[in-house]
This record gives sequence, C-alpha cells and structure tokens, in this order.
Amino acid sequence: MTAVLERPVTPDAPPRPALAAVPSTPTTPLTHAQVEELGAKLDALREEVLASRGEADAAYIRSVIKAHRTLEVAGRGLLFAGILPPAWIAGTACLSAAKILENMELGHNILHGQWDWMRDPEIHSSTWEWDTMSPSDSWKRTHNYEHHTFTNVVGKDRDVGYGILRMSEEQRWNPYYLGNPVYNVLLSLFFQWGVALHDVEVEKVLSGERSKAEAWHTLKAIGRKVRKQFTKDYLVFPALAGPFFAPVLLGNLTSNLVRNVWSHAIIFCGHFPDGAVQFEEEQLEGETRGQWYVRQMMGSANLDGGPLFHLMSGNLSFQIEHHLFPDLPSNRYAELSPKVRALCEEYGIEYTSGPLGKQYLQVLRRINRLALP
Amino acid sequence: MTRPDTLQPRPRLRERLLQVSAAVSTPLLPDDFLGLVDPLRGSVDLRARVEQVRPEAAGAVTLVLRPGRGWAGHRAGQWLRLGVSIDGVWHWRSYSLTRPPRADGTVWVTVKPVVGGFVSHHLAREVRPGQVLRVAQAAGDFVLPDPLPARSLMVTAGSGITPVMGMLRELAEQGELPDVVLLHSALTREEVVFGEELRALALAHPRFTLLERHTETDGLLQPSELDVLVPDWRDRAAWACGPAGLLDALEQHWSDAGLTLTTERFAPVLAPAAEGEGGVVSFTRGGTTVDADGATALLDVGESAGVLLPSGCRMGICFGCVVPLLSGSVRDLRTGDVHGEAGDLVQTCVSAPAGDVSLDA
Ligand SMILES: Cc1cc2nc3c(=O)[nH]c(=O)nc-3n(C[C@H](O)[C@H](O)[C@H](O)COP(=O)(O)OP(=O)(O)OC[C@H]3O[C@@H](n4cnc5c(N)ncnc54)[C@H](O)[C@@H]3O)c2cc1C
Ligand code: FES
Repeated sequence: MTAVLERPVTPDAPPRPALAAVPSTPTTPLTHAQVEELGAKLDALREEVLASRGEADAAYIRSVIKAHRTLEVAGRGLLFAGILPPAWIAGTACLSAAKILENMELGHNILHGQWDWMRDPEIHSSTWEWDTMSPSDSWKRTHNYEHHTFTNVVGKDRDVGYGILRMSEEQRWNPYYLGNPVYNVLLSLFFQWGVALHDVEVEKVLSGERSKAEAWHTLKAIGRKVRKQFTKDYLVFPALAGPFFAPVLLGNLTSNLVRNVWSHAIIFCGHFPDGAVQFEEEQLEGETRGQWYVRQMMGSANLDGGPLFHLMSGNLSFQIEHHLFPDLPSNRYAELSPKVRALCEEYGIEYTSGPLGKQYLQVLRRINRLALP
Repeated sequence: MTRPDTLQPRPRLRERLLQVSAAVSTPLLPDDFLGLVDPLRGSVDLRARVEQVRPEAAGAVTLVLRPGRGWAGHRAGQWLRLGVSIDGVWHWRSYSLTRPPRADGTVWVTVKPVVGGFVSHHLAREVRPGQVLRVAQAAGDFVLPDPLPARSLMVTAGSGITPVMGMLRELAEQGELPDVVLLHSALTREEVVFGEELRALALAHPRFTLLERHTETDGLLQPSELDVLVPDWRDRAAWACGPAGLLDALEQHWSDAGLTLTTERFAPVLAPAAEGEGGVVSFTRGGTTVDADGATALLDVGESAGVLLPSGCRMGICFGCVVPLLSGSVRDLRTGDVHGEAGDLVQTCVSAPAGDVSLDA
C-alpha cells in the first residue's frame, strides 16, 4: 500500500511525468495474520447480509424492474410525438434512463446472480437477457469469472484496457498506443460494441488459447443480438411512427449513445482513478481469500453521490463493495460501504472514493499519459 | 361475396402483430410489459389473484383464485402447483382443486396447515385477497371416470378430503348423487373439513352415504373394519386420499383382495433409514456447488442455493423434477437405495446425494 500513498493525492498536484510510481504489485504493510483476520471480518459482513435478505430486497428489485419498464414505455411513447422538440427531449431522456437502468442496475446485477436467491425464473441469472449487444452467456464468463476473479491483474483481467487501450504501465508501450485518447472516445461512444466484441477474446484466438469455433459461436450470438436491437431501435419503432420515422430513429440512437457514454464513464471510474492499483500475475500465486479481498479493495474505486446517482450507476458507485461481494444484492452496498470503509481505515488500506467529475478526469489523465511510453 | 375468413382477423395478420410485438419488446417479452397494467400477466409463470380467503373447519382455509390468461382448465380431483413468495423467496406446493370448473372462472383450493409446515401456514394465515400468486396448470389423474361406476367408495382422512370434495361437488352439480359411500376420518366432528357441507349433501342425496370416523374417540381406521362399515366394499370402485400410513394399509388390503384402489398421496413415504453420508453437489450449468447432507433432497439443496430447478409435485410422483446425473450416486429417500450411473435421470425431489454428485442442471 505504501507505493500507492507515494502518489500525488492532492488533485491540483501537477501530473507527474514520472509515473513509474504506478505500482505494479503493491505490497501492504499487513502481516499474513492481519490479512486473514480482515478476510474473516469481511466474510462476517457478507453473512450478515445473506441472513437478512428478504421481502424488502425483493420489493426493491421488483420496483426497479417496474421503473425500467415504465420509463421505457413512456420514452417510446413520447418519441412518437418527437417532431415536437420538448417531446423528443423528454422521450429521449426517459429512454436513456430506461436503457441505463436496464443495463446497469438490472442486467449487470441480475447476471451476477445477486437475485437468484428469490428463485424467480423471471429475475434469475440463468434466464435473464439484457438489451445490449453482449449475449448474457459469454458476458457471464468473461465478466463474472475473468474480471471478478483476476481483477486488475494485468494480462489476466481483460477489462484492463479492453484489449484496446493502454491503462497500466505494465502494458508494454508501442506506437499504436499514441492513439489512446482517441480510442477511448471511440470506446465510450460504442461501448456496448466494445463490451460485446471483448467477449470474442480475439487475442486468445490468436494465441491459440481459444478455438476459432468458440469465437465464431460468440460472434454469431452477438450478431443475433445486434440484429434484434437494430431491428427494434432503428427499424420497427421508427417505422411504427410513420411520418415521424427520423425523430424516433434519432431518439433511439441518442439513448443508446447516452447509455454507452454513461456506463463507460462509471465503469472506467471503478478501476482506473488514482488510488486504484494494478497487479502483476505473480500476485495470483497461492493467493488466499484474505489476499483476494485486499486486492479487490485496492483495485477498485467508489464514486460519491446521492441515492439516485447510485441507482443510475447500477450501484457500481460502490465498486469496492461490489468487488468484495459481487453476488450480494446491489441495494445492500450502501449499508456495507461505511463498514468496509471503517475496516479499510483500521487496516491502513486506502478506500478510494470521489465525485464522478474528479475521478473521470483522473482516468482521462491516465489515458493521455499512457499514450506515451 | 364475403368469404367467412375475412370476418375474423386473418391468421397472417395475427402472426404479424405477434412478430412486431416480439420485435419491439426484445430482449423482454410482450407479457413483461403487459404485466405493468395487468398483474395477472407474466412471461414465465401463470399468475392467479386471490379473490377470497374463506376460513374452513380445523384451521383450514379456502383460497378462491382467479388465474390469468392461459389457464387451461381442470377436472375435479386434479391438483395445481401454487407458488407464493415468502420473505422474497418463491416456494411451490401442490393443492387439490376442491371445486369443478366454474362459470366465473375461479379455481378453489383448500389448505390445511400441517404441523411445522412452512408454506401451508403462510398460505392459511398470511395470504390476503388481492395478492397475486403463481400457479402451474392442473395435473393428476385422481379423477372420476366417465361413465361413473354404479357404486363407488371414497376413503379419506384429514386434508385428504380435498380432491374428493371436488368430485362430490361436481356430481352434485350434475343432479342426483349416485351411489357413493364416503368414509372420512378426522380427529373429531369439528375437525372435519367441509363437515357441514358433507352432512347437508348426505341429507339431500339419499344415495350418498357419509360415514364419519372421529379418531379421537373411535381410534384409527383399520382396513379390516371395512367389512362391517361398508360390507359391499369389494363391489365398489374405490378412491383413497389421506396420510401415508392409512394409504399404505388400504393399498395392501385392496391388493390382498385382488382389487384395485386409486390413491392420491400428499407427501412421499420416506424410508426411515434413508439417511447417509452427503457430499458436494455441483449444478454444472451455473457452476454452483453446495455441501449437502445425505437427508436433504437435491431439489431443496439446489433451490436453497438459488439454482432454478424444474419441479412438480415434490413428492416423487410426477417426474417433473428429473435432471440428468453427470457423476456420483444418489440415494432414493423413499427406499434408501443408492444408485447412480452417468446419464441417469434423477428425481431430485426424493433423492439425496450419496457422496459427491454433479448434475446437468
Ligand atoms: C398432489 C398433492 C395434492 C395436495 N393437496 C393438498 C390439499 O388439497 N390441501 C392441503 O392442505 N395439502 C395438500 N397437499 C400437501 C401440500 O402440497 C403440502 O405438502 C403441505 O401443505 C405441507 O407443506 P408445508 O410447506 O407447510 O410443509 P413443509 O414445511 O414442506 O413440511 C413440514 C413437515 O410436514 C411434513 N409434511 C409435508 N406434507 C405433509 C402432509 N400433507 N401431511 C402431513 N405432513 C406433511 C413434512 O414431511 C415435514 O416434516 C397436496 C400434496 C400433493 C402432492
Ligand atoms: S417433483 Fe414430482 S417427481 Fe419430483
């Protein structure tokens, strides 16, 4: 952890060119026993939530589902009157909010199995499909398994840069990365494409780790989802609007873009602001559950905000809590947060958290800096 | 000239509409959105609204349910599976339909709380009119044949009266009851569920005989007493529903006489020594693994871990719960037998792990 604290923490500190200070495999001053003790305390927090899951949680997720569907219907309805600018703006806003809720608080969290305990086949990780190009099956493999197990381990966690960006000193520089800032803007705008194609794992196919047949299977599944989303957003809904084809199409396009830019921002702020750490593969060797917990805490960063902000971020504003307990219901992260923060203080681990604007600027700064060797 | 088929929406048009509604609701289903305005719509399970909650004798409660679109109807004597969310978790149990199909579209079930029973207590005490439950289509072949035999006998006990009540009500709706003897056991006269209605039926229909057995004073029914109670029992088509002990004895008695008895069981008969070592159970599709003892049914093990498993009667009769075994062995909780070959279809509701087990579920 000391390595992290060496870094400039004041926001107005000049961006240091000597960023070799980004630690590769940071060490904490904690003893092995302390790490395991911390692990046991986190396990106890988890048990507490598991034992108290109940009707209120179920009512929560049902209400979010209802809110999403209502917003979606309202947005689509308003867009039919989208020739009038206020209706277009309101419709696009509703639809954007619906798509954000659907992807983040619903899709992401349900696919994590956070709500499987309800035994409701209509709200279950094995049956849920979401309105994004990434098919839920391949997402569960790359995200739930790879990203959540190997969080921030360069070379193992493919969310470090999505195979497109250079997000860590540990990724060897080459001239391609001069385009880092540009790639980031493109990834942000086309984030759902980025996430979907990420599941194909092209680099693993090239290295022979993944068979071409598997990759082709994933590509075809993505193709089916793309076709459905395009048919819905760019063909059928605009066509149903008859003479107002164009405003409806534009509204749908805009809401997909808004959702992309928003979810990209939230997700990148989860692991790449100052204070969140990347690791080397050696870290994984013989890693205990306690050490895994510590890696999750050091590798993640939270976002400050009110309840609405947390909801619209799919509670990924509690990225630290989410990474510690990926399968606990998202509505519980808020109450876990002060407890986890207190444990971090007790054990001298940095609990990285900040407002969205500040954190996102830090991410952008990192992206710009890492464009150069 | 108008062709008759132009009077109805043409199937092609209907199909088109369905296609369009599926295209605009993807990845959800149209019913997911219709559920916003009609709570009886859902994309996976059928829904039913509780219209009335009617207390019955012996602490039992009748739930009058209105199923949503898609309910395919039932026959008297059949049962349905009822799903209820308790503390946020869905639980399913089977209940017999106590009335024949009705013009008002409601279906009736009567729940008698069993001692220590989790779902039956909830249904009988906590459910309120207006609440939406989930249901599955009616099933079961504990039904009256058509045409009805000239003489029949029904032997029931406790809550086992429920499917037979459905049959009797159906017969009464059709007119004069035929020659039917009902031999029903309950603790006391007051404990007879539907007691008043049964007695009124017996008064109104001379060919219907009600024999009440009050076990607190008269003791449990022994099949050997049938010769006295219903001397012509051998000549009657017979149905029985009640606790396992009674049904076992009756089945033995009928088979000894070379006759057939149709029974309906509410709970599986478990082998007393059916417990053994458990093991680690892997549900391979979602990658869930659970430590389980050797006495808990795999269905309960999986459900408690949040795995979605198929299920039906939950007592080993309907095979609605079978999943393929990939490796390991299971113990049949009814017989204690251990079996297991990869590819075996395991009835998860009455099988426990015997060592480590993996299931294709
Ligand atoms: C085809 C079918 C039709 C049924 N029809 C009816 C009906 O019309 N009315 C009705 O009240 N019930 C009926 N049942 C029984 C019902 O499905 C439940 O099993 C019952 O309500 C108990 O559920 P529970 O969750 O309360 O008990 P649980 O919490 O599951 O079990 C608690 C304890 O009670 C024992 N137990 C379970 N069921 C019974 C039982 N029926 N009698 C005695 N002990 C039991 C269990 O072994 C356990 O030890 C029917 C069952 C089947 C299979
Ligand atoms: S659920 Fe009916 S046999 Fe298992």
